[in-house]
Amino acid sequence: MIKRILLAVTMPVVLLAVWWFASAGSTDFYFPPLRRILETFPETWFGPRMVDDVLPSLARLAIGYAAALCVGIALGMLIGANRTLRAVVEPLLEFLRAVPPPVLVPILMLMAGIGDLMKVLVIVSGCLWPILLNTVEGVRAVDEVLTDTCRSYRIRGRLRVWHLMVRSASPQIVAGARQALSIGIILMVISEMFAASSGIGFTVIQFKDGFRIPQMWSGVLLLGLLGVLLALLFRLVERRVLGWYHGIRAVQKER
Amino acid sequence: MKVLLGLAGLVGFGVLLEIAPRAGLVSARYAPPTSDILATLGEQLRRDEFWVAVLDTLRTWLLGLVIAIALGVVLGVFIGSVPVLRAATASTIEFLRPIPSVALIPLVVVLYGSTIEATLILVVYAAFWQVLIQTLAGVADIDPVAADTARSYHLNRWARIRWLIWPTALPYVVTGIRLAATVALILTITGELVIGSPGLGQEIAGARTSGAVPMMYALIVVTGLFGVAANVLTRAAERRALAWHPSVRLEVQVPA
Repeated sequence: MIKRILLAVTMPVVLLAVWWFASAGSTDFYFPPLRRILETFPETWFGPRMVDDVLPSLARLAIGYAAALCVGIALGMLIGANRTLRAVVEPLLEFLRAVPPPVLVPILMLMAGIGDLMKVLVIVSGCLWPILLNTVEGVRAVDEVLTDTCRSYRIRGRLRVWHLMVRSASPQIVAGARQALSIGIILMVISEMFAASSGIGFTVIQFKDGFRIPQMWSGVLLLGLLGVLLALLFRLVERRVLGWYHGIRAVQKER
Repeated sequence: MKVLLGLAGLVGFGVLLEIAPRAGLVSARYAPPTSDILATLGEQLRRDEFWVAVLDTLRTWLLGLVIAIALGVVLGVFIGSVPVLRAATASTIEFLRPIPSVALIPLVVVLYGSTIEATLILVVYAAFWQVLIQTLAGVADIDPVAADTARSYHLNRWARIRWLIWPTALPYVVTGIRLAATVALILTITGELVIGSPGLGQEIAGARTSGAVPMMYALIVVTGLFGVAANVLTRAAERRALAWHPSVRLEVQVPA
C-alpha cells in the first residue's frame, strides 16, 4: 500500500520539482518562474474574480450540463424505444453530432446575443449529442430476457422506464455523460473567449492581450485544476450510480 | 427501408428549416432557409479560397492526428509493458488527461501567434490522450495464459510486442484512433476559429464578422460533413483492421 502511494506521488512531485528548478532563474518573458505563477495565483483568482468570473462560469457549466442531461436522456429514451423513429432520425443525429460544437458559437451569438443564455445554449448544444446517442444505444441494447420479464409481469409506464430502461442503459448514459463533461468544459471556455464581459475564459484572454504572462499562466493552471476536479467529482458520482454494474463486471471477470 | 426512412429524416429536417423562416416562425436574418444555405454552399465550391481553407483544415487535422497516434501508441506500448513505469505514471496521466486543451489556447497564441503550429499543438495534445489511454488499457488486457505461453517460448522483446502485445492492444488502439479523430477535428476547427490560424474555422469567423449568415451555415455544414467522414472512415478502418477479432466477427461493437 505504502509502495503504491509512493509510486503514485513520486512522478508528479518530480515533474513539479523539475518545472520549479528549471524555471527558477528564468528571465524568459513567456516562461516565468513557477514560483511567480504560484504567487500570483491566489491574488488573481481568490479575490473579487472568484465571485465575478469563476463562479458564474461554473454556474453556466452546471446549468448547461444538467439541461443537456435531462433533454438527452429523455429524447434518447424516446428514440431508442421506437424503431421507426430511430430509423428516421439516426442519420440526422449522426450529422448533428459530427458538427464540431465550437462552430455553433457564432450562430448562437446571432440568435441569443452574447449574454448568459448564449453561453448556456452553447454548452447544451455540445453536451447533448454524446448523451443522447449513448442513451439511444443503451436503450437499444436492453437485455431481452429483462424486457420479456417486464412484459410478463405487466410492468408498464413509469416503473418500466425507470427500472428497466434507465437502469439498463445507465452504463452507456454514464459513458456519454463523461464525454459530455469534457466537451462542456471546452465550450464553457470557448463561449467566453468569443464575446463576454466575465468568465474564466474571458479573463485569461484579457491577461493574454495585456501580456500579463504570470497571470495568464495562473489562469491556465486554474482551468487545468478545474478539469481535474470535475473529473474526480464525476468519478465519485459514477461509483455511486454504477456501483451495481462494476460489481457485476468484477464478478464476471473473476469467473 | 431503413435507408429510406433515414433519408426522409434528413430531407424532413431540411424542409422544416426551409419553411420555418419563410413562414416567419424564425427570423430569416439569423436562420436562413435551407435553399439559401445550399445555394451559398454551391457558390463556395467554385471559389478557390474555399478549397484552400478545406486543404488547410485537412492538413492540420490529419497531421495532428498522425503525430498524436504515433506518440500515443509508442508511449502506450512502452509504458504499458513496463510495470514499474506504468504504476509510476498512472497518477500523472490521470491528472494531466482531464486538463482541457482549450486551457492551452492563450499559451500557444502567445508563443506561436495565429499560425498552424499553434493549432497543431492543441490538436496533438487533445488527441494524444485518447490514443494513450486506450493503448494502455489494451496492453493491460493481455491474456495471462498468452503471456505465460510467450514466456515459455522465450519470445524476445520485439517478438512479444509483435505477437502478444500488439494483437491484444489493437482493438483498443483502433477505438482510441476513432475517438481521437473526432477530438482532433473539434480542436482543429476551434483553433482556427479562436486563434485565427488558416482554415475553415477562420472562414467561419470571417463570415461572422462580415455578417454573411448563409455562408456561415454553409461552412458549418461542411465541417459537419468532415465529422461524418471521420466517423465513417474510422469505423470502416476498424472493421478492416479487426476483421479477425471476435467483436467484429460477431457484429458486436467494441465498447468505446
